[in-house]
Amino acid sequence: MSNVIILPVIIPFIIGAILILLYKRHTIQRVISGITMLALLALSVYLAIYVYQHGTLVLEVGDWEAPFGIVIVADLLSTLMLLLSTLVGTVCLFFAFQTIARDREKQFFYPLYLFLMIGVNGSFLTGDLFNLFVFFEVMLIASYGLIVHGGTGYQLRESFKYVIINIFASALFIVGIAWIYSITGTMNMAHIAQRVSELDQTGALNIVAIMLFIVFASKGALFPLYFWLPKSYYGPPAAIAALFGGLLTKVGIYAIIRTFTVIFNHDTGFTHKGLIVTVAGFTMLFGVLGAVSQFDFKRILSYHIISQVGYMVMGLGIFTPLAVAGAIYYIAHHMIVKTALFLFAGATQKITGTTDLKKMGGLIGTHPWLAWLFFITAISLAGIPPLSGFFSKFPIILAGFEEQQYVISAVALLVGLLTLFSMMKIFSYAFWGKQKHTAAQAKIPVGKLLLPILPLVALTIILGFAAEPIFTYSMEVAEDIMNPTNYIESVLKE
Amino acid sequence: MKKPNNMMLQTLTRLIILIVLSFSIYLLLAGHNSPGGGFIGGLMTASAILILYLSFGLNSIKKVIRLDYIKIIGIGLLFASVTGVVSMVFGFPYLKQFFDYFRLPILGEVELTTALPFDLGVYFVVLASALAIILTIAEDDK
Repeated sequence: MSNVIILPVIIPFIIGAILILLYKRHTIQRVISGITMLALLALSVYLAIYVYQHGTLVLEVGDWEAPFGIVIVADLLSTLMLLLSTLVGTVCLFFAFQTIARDREKQFFYPLYLFLMIGVNGSFLTGDLFNLFVFFEVMLIASYGLIVHGGTGYQLRESFKYVIINIFASALFIVGIAWIYSITGTMNMAHIAQRVSELDQTGALNIVAIMLFIVFASKGALFPLYFWLPKSYYGPPAAIAALFGGLLTKVGIYAIIRTFTVIFNHDTGFTHKGLIVTVAGFTMLFGVLGAVSQFDFKRILSYHIISQVGYMVMGLGIFTPLAVAGAIYYIAHHMIVKTALFLFAGATQKITGTTDLKKMGGLIGTHPWLAWLFFITAISLAGIPPLSGFFSKFPIILAGFEEQQYVISAVALLVGLLTLFSMMKIFSYAFWGKQKHTAAQAKIPVGKLLLPILPLVALTIILGFAAEPIFTYSMEVAEDIMNPTNYIESVLKE
Repeated sequence: MKKPNNMMLQTLTRLIILIVLSFSIYLLLAGHNSPGGGFIGGLMTASAILILYLSFGLNSIKKVIRLDYIKIIGIGLLFASVTGVVSMVFGFPYLKQFFDYFRLPILGEVELTTALPFDLGVYFVVLASALAIILTIAEDDK
């Protein structure tokens, strides 16, 4: 039975290999990859429900017993992340069908897309630290391919920085893994967690914790390692930018949440309430200040990724069940909303031919649907009730005040205000005002483009109005991961 | 301009690639329980074929080896992934491996393992991607 949890990794692998064989036939590639993503989405919904009802599933790959072999673990957090990632992947793929240029499509777009999904899904599911590194690499190598996809000069220049920082971070990751192996003598995360609690080696473990935190922070774009993000996400076409914006940084955040709940929970006063909370504050503040200073649709959105990643990490740093539940809710909200916003940027770019806000205007007159759907998503990002942004920020900030973390909570509130400001800036420049696009551009239909985004907009409304059951769910996820004995027992079967 | 004389290189190449190719196949087959494996075997085969390209020229070898290396990458990936799936079909965990000893004509008693098709997949992927990369760069200046 538990073989089913490896399927989200194997299906894109096999289909990706088949797509390489069919690399000259685009239509077939489209059909196959579309069906594959829909199947993955259905599978991850099934897995999420199954794990919620029956508890954690564990697969020992190759029948090698844990902790010696690699384990694949599907617990509540993993399946939730899996569900979100396949949702974002499906939506972006269907958007890509309509926007991606023919000559870009030729260059192995669909196989790379599926290989990226292997890496992302694998990172969420693995229960082995070294295997996490491997899946990170799979994801990164596919993302290198996608971020330079099309090969314009700008993309090549900015992706170079992206590649360099990721290679450096991966090297550091290996060093961190070697270090933790020398301390605990195992790679299985559950087994490491068990030994960490027996070891009583706070000093050495804190060093490893900080080292791995730096690694995941550079992949998740936390202060001060976020500088590569805004420029490199500006280059690729909208569908890829949306996929990266919605998905990739969140894999880093997931890794932080996983390691800092299961493994490094020995000295929360220093690692969580000290280090992580401080970094989260700076990340939020600098990210949103960057966004406020920009006048470009995609760049504003890219800077907002940074500031919002700060909220998630802040929830983890405060480290009460309420705050962690808020962080999980926030991840769900953010992945949905951010992807939608990037896709709206792509749709407006298709109409006006630019992403510069000063060259846009009056879109609400010619494309009212686009404008109002964008408006709903934008105010959801800023945290206006009753949309999902409000209900995800609220528990984090509430927990911050409860734990007497006044500074960070005040920063979070200020950042929320500035987010609203920069979202309204986009809305007033691009959609209000005098029409700046030509009459021919005004006739460009966007109905088909908006269709794949609609489910995301609907979800942000549902996440807001059905906050009660969804928050109960994320509370259960939070309590599950904050009590690592569940995880350890289900992996090691004790 | 006088044409450079490649006779030394070409004569030696004919001898060398025979040794390199057979050793690379040995490495592939030895892989699963002694030093070797699909990766190193694939690289070695790629280097043998590369010597051919170097000494006889890109175009003349292209007429002989009419393979689409990109498709070989796909075939290799399929081999490697499907090997793991086979054990799932029989109800075992993904990637579980099996082996047994068989008596074959000529070869005598040999050990046949399911690790071999997996290694073969790796071999194809490494071989084809190494060659595809190098040939792409070589054709770049046209």
